[in-house]
Amino acid sequence: MAHHVADTTSHYGLMAEFESAQALLDAAHKVREAGYTKTDAYSPMPIHGLAEALGMKEHLVPKFVLAGGITGLIGGYSLQYWTSVVDYPINIGGRPFHSWVSFIPPTFETTILLAAFAAVISMIALNGLPLPYHPVFNAKRFSLASQDAFFLAIEADDPRYNEEQTRAFLAGLHAREVVKLDH
Amino acid sequence: MDGTSNPQDPLGTVPVLAPGHSYRSMTDKLVGIVFSKNTPTAWFVFMAVGFTLLTVLTVSLCYLVLKGVGIWGNNVPVGWAFDIINFVWWIGIGHAGTLISAILLLFKQDWRTSINRFAEAMTLFAVACAAIFPIFHTGRPWLAAYWLFPYPNVMGLWPNFKSPLIWDVFAVSTYATVSALFWYVGLIPDLATFRDKAEKPWQKRIYGILAMGWRGSARHWFRYETAYLILAGLSTPLVLSVHTVVSFDFAVSNLPGWHATIFPPYFVAGAIYAGFAMVLTLAIPLRAIYKLHDFITMRHLENMAKVTLVTGLIVCYGYACEVFFGWYSGNQYERFMLQNRIISGPYAWSYWMLLLCNFLVPQLLWVKKYRRNIAILFTVSMFVNVGMWLERFVIIVTSLHRDFLPGSWDMYYPTRWDFMTFFGTIGLFLTLMFLFVRVLPMISIFEMRTLLPEASPKHKSEGGAH
Repeated sequence: MAHHVADTTSHYGLMAEFESAQALLDAAHKVREAGYTKTDAYSPMPIHGLAEALGMKEHLVPKFVLAGGITGLIGGYSLQYWTSVVDYPINIGGRPFHSWVSFIPPTFETTILLAAFAAVISMIALNGLPLPYHPVFNAKRFSLASQDAFFLAIEADDPRYNEEQTRAFLAGLHAREVVKLDH
Repeated sequence: MDGTSNPQDPLGTVPVLAPGHSYRSMTDKLVGIVFSKNTPTAWFVFMAVGFTLLTVLTVSLCYLVLKGVGIWGNNVPVGWAFDIINFVWWIGIGHAGTLISAILLLFKQDWRTSINRFAEAMTLFAVACAAIFPIFHTGRPWLAAYWLFPYPNVMGLWPNFKSPLIWDVFAVSTYATVSALFWYVGLIPDLATFRDKAEKPWQKRIYGILAMGWRGSARHWFRYETAYLILAGLSTPLVLSVHTVVSFDFAVSNLPGWHATIFPPYFVAGAIYAGFAMVLTLAIPLRAIYKLHDFITMRHLENMAKVTLVTGLIVCYGYACEVFFGWYSGNQYERFMLQNRIISGPYAWSYWMLLLCNFLVPQLLWVKKYRRNIAILFTVSMFVNVGMWLERFVIIVTSLHRDFLPGSWDMYYPTRWDFMTFFGTIGLFLTLMFLFVRVLPMISIFEMRTLLPEASPKHKSEGGAH
């Protein structure tokens, strides 16, 4: 066990490479069935069902978008109300100061604007980006993950992680190659 | 996304991606366009033309700032002319990019994949060209900030939110921002590919910074796809709102020829029409220069021709409605406007030219043989580009130059500076477009990968027939 503890601090985990999207998806299901939780898969394009196969249950981006949209809606309308009715009311063509119909188009636009910002910023922030360095980049073949290779990593701080057993387990999933990732 | 060989599809014989491609072959081809040492001669030619015209734009804008808007042909009563014509023309062109990237994504049209990236770039550059006109027509663009945007200034002034012009500021600036976000988010995974394929360290560093450390993690892809889909959902009503608001600039006034309820839908259709024509105008030469026939197949061109035809017919329906509304209103000013615009006015030629370009010529696209003929397709798209410019000329100039009081009637003649500014923005557009093609992937590489059948695996317990 002492040997195992020393290992978790010395490296990030193990990464297996697979031949195809199908092999990666199958492996992801098996890794989750085997009880591993600190895992991630890497692919050059989105693969439907892969995140769910690894046990991802988070759906936060839509909630941020809703919050952003509501902020834009209230903020946009309030801005117009405050400037046109409270701060500097001017009679323009005899229209009421609170011309709510006229305030709809800018309100619509601010709603969309803040919702869109919320979508992009929450996606980037939840993904932990920008992140200039990550241990997976240490694998020699990982530059192919943005081209035509498929990887699955199990982190060393996973409770079920054991370097030798996990390596054997990954190799048993028809991995093309299993490499150890340094920090 | 595997609609490549759908038996229900009458166009199934022409796939959206030529057979025989793999992840690697597509990546190498599309990355190779940028990293190649053999930049096509055509690129230098287009860039030279674009940059020359861009210089013309710089000169004409400098002179404008020096002398004021008096160098343009605008007068009373035609207080708005080339500035707003060109603004609406450019904004309209931008609409196809968002339509292709957002609306066709929601409708799961996989043929959008090879054209969405440069159509989005086209949107951004067209909006940049459009923005020049309203900003510089103020004559003192450095003061435009407090005229346009509500920020607390020492004069305590705010924009007038009861005016369609300020709605337009909000619509166009939101549109530009959201289009830029959508475009950049779409680029992130491809920038990571560029980072990993780059050989020179400075290239690796620049693309690496732009890719923000993207590593293709499954969890990241999951949030990425959610955000991308939501952006598409947000962009769809946004793009419809933008030209609607642009049409309010006219429709909310009480000028005959502008004051018509058909304007919002008719303007939106016109924008998509103009935009698809411009996408065809760009796609056909780019496809030839960079030999992209495998990715931009006849099917893309034919589908775009069909969208052009349909939106063109909607636009012509708008023309018919305008005429009918004017006549049926029984209002003498409305009826005079029509007579002046179509029959007896000094600008009647422009109306008939418009019908030639926007109504008559595009009818060729009903014929399959013509839709599949590159030369005819390109010619029709050029006619539509001109026609949509004439449409705005007709709406703006013929309505303004003969308003209610004959005492205020006058003719409008553009000056050389009007033309120089207009052609100058074409230079800006070409320069930006060809710089983009030179440094960024003009086709979305990661989305092209998803077109391969092996990119859509099935989990075995779901019983998928793989």
